[in-house]
Amino acid sequence: MITLTVNGTERSFDGDPEMPLLWYLRDELGLTGTKFGCGIAQCGACTIHLDGYPTFACITPISIAEGSDVRTIEGLAENGDHPVQVAWRDLNVSQCGYCQAGQIMQAAALVDSTPDLTDEDIDVVMSANLCRCGTYPRIRAAIKQAAQAGTE
Amino acid sequence: MAGSMIANVSRRSLLLGLGAGSLVLAVGLPARGRAQDAPVEFGADAMPNGWRDDPNVFVSIAEDGIVTVTVHRAEMGQGVRTSIAMVVADELEADWDMVRVTQAPGDEPRYGNQDTDGSRSLRHFFNPMRRAGASARAMLEQAAAEAWDVPVAEVRAEGHAVRHEGSDRSMGFGELATAAAALPVPDREGLRLKDPATFRYVGKSDIGLVDNDDITRGTTTYGIDVRREGMLYAVIARPPVFGGRVASLDDSAALQVAGVERIVRLDPPAIPAEFQPLGGVAVIARNTWAAIKGREALVIEWEDGPHGAYSSEDYKAELEAAVQTGDGKLILNRGDVEAALAEAPTRVVAEYYIPHLAQAPMEPPAAVADVRDGSCEVWACVQAPQVTRLRLAQRMELPEEDVTVNVTLLGGGFGRKSKPDFVLEAAILSREAGAPVKLTWTREDDLHHSYYHTVSVERMEAGLDADGKAVAWLHRTAAPTIGSIFAPDPKEKLPFELGMGLTNMPLDIPNVRAENPQAPAHVRIGWYRSVSNIPHAFAIQSFIAELAEAAGRDPRDYLLEVIGPARLIDPSEIGDVWNYGENPDRYPIDTGRLRKVTETVAEAIGWGREMPSGRGLGLAAHYSFVSHVAVAVEVEVIDGEVRIPRVEIAIDCGAHVNPDRIRSQMEGAVIMGAGQALTTEITFQDGRAQQGNFDSYLIPRMETAPREINVHLVSSGGYDQPLGGVGEPGLPPVAPAIANAIFAATGRRIRRLPVADQLRS
Repeated sequence: MITLTVNGTERSFDGDPEMPLLWYLRDELGLTGTKFGCGIAQCGACTIHLDGYPTFACITPISIAEGSDVRTIEGLAENGDHPVQVAWRDLNVSQCGYCQAGQIMQAAALVDSTPDLTDEDIDVVMSANLCRCGTYPRIRAAIKQAAQAGTE
Repeated sequence: MAGSMIANVSRRSLLLGLGAGSLVLAVGLPARGRAQDAPVEFGADAMPNGWRDDPNVFVSIAEDGIVTVTVHRAEMGQGVRTSIAMVVADELEADWDMVRVTQAPGDEPRYGNQDTDGSRSLRHFFNPMRRAGASARAMLEQAAAEAWDVPVAEVRAEGHAVRHEGSDRSMGFGELATAAAALPVPDREGLRLKDPATFRYVGKSDIGLVDNDDITRGTTTYGIDVRREGMLYAVIARPPVFGGRVASLDDSAALQVAGVERIVRLDPPAIPAEFQPLGGVAVIARNTWAAIKGREALVIEWEDGPHGAYSSEDYKAELEAAVQTGDGKLILNRGDVEAALAEAPTRVVAEYYIPHLAQAPMEPPAAVADVRDGSCEVWACVQAPQVTRLRLAQRMELPEEDVTVNVTLLGGGFGRKSKPDFVLEAAILSREAGAPVKLTWTREDDLHHSYYHTVSVERMEAGLDADGKAVAWLHRTAAPTIGSIFAPDPKEKLPFELGMGLTNMPLDIPNVRAENPQAPAHVRIGWYRSVSNIPHAFAIQSFIAELAEAAGRDPRDYLLEVIGPARLIDPSEIGDVWNYGENPDRYPIDTGRLRKVTETVAEAIGWGREMPSGRGLGLAAHYSFVSHVAVAVEVEVIDGEVRIPRVEIAIDCGAHVNPDRIRSQMEGAVIMGAGQALTTEITFQDGRAQQGNFDSYLIPRMETAPREINVHLVSSGGYDQPLGGVGEPGLPPVAPAIANAIFAATGRRIRRLPVADQLRS
C-alpha cells in the first residue's frame, strides 16, 4: 500500500508500484490536467510538483511518491490565481493549451524559487517543456510578468 | 440542399479523378471549366453542406442573460472558439462577459461544413456568423418592440439590452429571450449588419480566450481526458511497416499482466488506407499503464508486405533520378522554355530535398468510444467530425443518426486529426469489449504511424539574360501524393497539391514550364499544416535567392523583380484552377500585396545593413490559402550551429477578425518553420520510421526557437472584402527565409532540409 498526498488530500494505492504517477493521477484519480505527451521525460506535458520540485510524472513510479506531497495544476493555487496563471491569461499565452499545464507548473516553480530571473534561467528551465504550437515567446513574456508581480 | 450537395460532390470527384475519396478530401475545388455545371460555386458554397446562418442553431440566450454561442468548427489552438464568439457577440450587441461557448457535435446538415482545415473557418463563416448574431439581435429587438407596442425602428439593442429611444425603457436580453425565440427568423435581405466602425470585439486585440480559465487551471477536456463510467483503456501494437500484418501472435505473457482484460486482433489494414485503421493487436486493460505494459509483453511476428524495403536515402535517390528527365506529366507551359534556356547566357540549376514530417500534435491521437445497444457515441479530438461520423456509421453498420461524435478540444491538430482512423479503432474495441473504451496513441505510435507530410525533390532550372533577369524557368516536382490514401497507387500530384504554391506562383517570367515526374507512396501521406506549400515555397524562394546571387543582385530587389509590378492575377489564367476553392474574381493573386509584405519585413529587419561575421539576413515571400505572407530572418551561425535571434513576419489576410490570434498563429508558424528548417525530419529504414519520440524527432524548444518574433498585420480591404486564411500561410516562407539567411551568413547554400549538422563539416 502506497500512501501520498495529492493536492492536500491523503490518498492510498495498492496497485502496481511501478505505475507512473502520470497514469495514477489521470486514470485512478481523474486528475486529467496533467498531460501525457511522450512518456520519456522529453516534453514536460506531465510536469507536477513532487514535494515542491517540478517533476516529470510520466517517468516517476508511484512508489517513489510514498509519503510525498504531490501537487498538480488543479491544486497549484486555490483559486487558480498563482501569478503565473494570471500572467498566462493576461497575455493569451495558450494556443491549443495542451502543454500549458506542464508549462505553468514548470514556470511556477521557476518563478517561486528564483529571485532576479534572467532570460538564461528561462531558457535552461523552460527548455524541458515542449510546445508544438510555438507559444514560447508568450511563455517567456508571461514568466517575466509573473516574476515582476511577485516582487511587487 | 441535399440534392445540390450531391451534385457538387460528383463534380469535384470528376475533377480530382478520385472517386469516393474526394468526398472526404473536400478541398473545395470549384466547378470551373465544366460548362454544363451551372451556377459555379466557390468558397463555403462549394464545400459539402455549405454554410448555415440560422440564429436558432448558433445562438441561445438563457433567462439569466447568458448567451451561448455554438461553435461548429474544431478548436486546435487557432482560437476559433473565441473568434466565432466574438463575431456573433458583436453583431448581437452582447456583453462579452455574458458570452459562453459550446462545441457542436458532428452534424453537417445542421451546422454547415465542419471540416476544420484549409484555413477556412473565418474565411467561410465570418459572414454567416455575423448574420446569425444580427438575426438574433433583430429578434430581440422585435420582441421588445412588441412588448412595448412601439415600432421596431424605435428600439435598439445595445450593451446586452434593448432600449426604446422614445422613452427610457429597457429590457435585458435574458428578459426578452423567451419571446424572441418564438419569433420567426428575419429574412437575410432585410437584415441590418453593424457598421464595422462600431465593432466592439471584432478587430480588437484585448479579447481573452474563452478557454483561458480552464486551460490555466487544468480543467479542459481534450480527447485523451474523457472519462466514462465503466471505461476500459486500450493501446494497439500496429504493424511497423505500412501495409504489414500480423504473421504470428503469442499473447500469453500479455494476458498475465495485472490489469489486462483482453487482447483483440484487428483486421488487416485497408488499401488504400483512407481513414481506416492499420490493423495489429489491441490490449484492453483497467488503466493506460496496464495496457502499455501488456503491449510490451506481446510477442508478435510481423509480415511487412510490399513496403518493407522503403528507405529514405534510397528513395531520395529515386526522386533525384526522376527529376533528371523531362518525362514527367506536363503541368505548366508558357512561352518556350527550351528555346529560352538554350539562348540564355547564364543557366542556373539547383535541386532541393524536403523530407517527411509528422504533425506530432502534443496531444497524440486519442478517443473514447461507447458502442452498445445499436448506437455509437464517441468523444474525440477530431478536425473533421463529419467524416468521422460517416466512417463510424459505415464501420459500425449503423445509420448516421445513431452515431454521435462529440468534439473535444484538440491538443493540436496540424492536419493529423483530420483523419479519424484512431476513432474507428476506439469504436471497434468498444464494440468488442461491450464497454466504453479509451484508446490512447503513445508518442511512438504517433510518429511511427502518422499520415506523413510528403517527401519531395524539387529540381529548378532557370535562364538569365545578359542583365541577369530571369527569362526561363523550369520546375520539376516529384513527391508522393495525398491521393495515394484514397486511390490505388497514384503517382502524380493532384491539382490542389500543385495549386499550393506551384501552379499559382505569380512569377513575372515569360517562359515557364513545370513537370511532375511520378513518385509512388510507401507510407500514408497526409496533409500537414500548409501541405504542399512547404516544398514548393522552400524550392522557389531558395532558388530565387540563388538566381539573385548568380545575377550579382540584391536578393530583396531580385525577389521583387520576379514578383513583378503590382497587378491582379486570375490564378486560372496562370495554370491553377483550384485557388483554394475561392472565386478568382474575389480572390485574385495580388502581387501588390505580395510586394507590400515583402517590403514591410525587409524594412523591419533592416535589410542591407552591415552584418557582423557569422550573421546574415534572409527573405522569402509566399502566397497561400489566399493570404500573402513574407518573412525576414536574422541568423547567427557559430561552429555550424544556427541561432535565430530575430524574425519579422508580415501577413496580408484582409481585414482582421481576431488580431491577437493572427499574431499567435504567425508566432507559432515561425517556430514550427524554424524546426522544419533546422532539425525536424522523419526518415525510414526497412519501411520503419526511425524517429519514435521527441528525443529524435526534434522540434524547437524555448532555447532553440527564434528569440524575437515581430508580427506585422498588413491590412488591405475592409470587412466587406474577402478574408484570407491565417492558420497555415505563415509557415511556408519561414524555412526558405532561414536558408537564405544562412547563405548570407556563411556562403553555404542549404538544399536539403533540415540543416541538421550540414554546417558542421
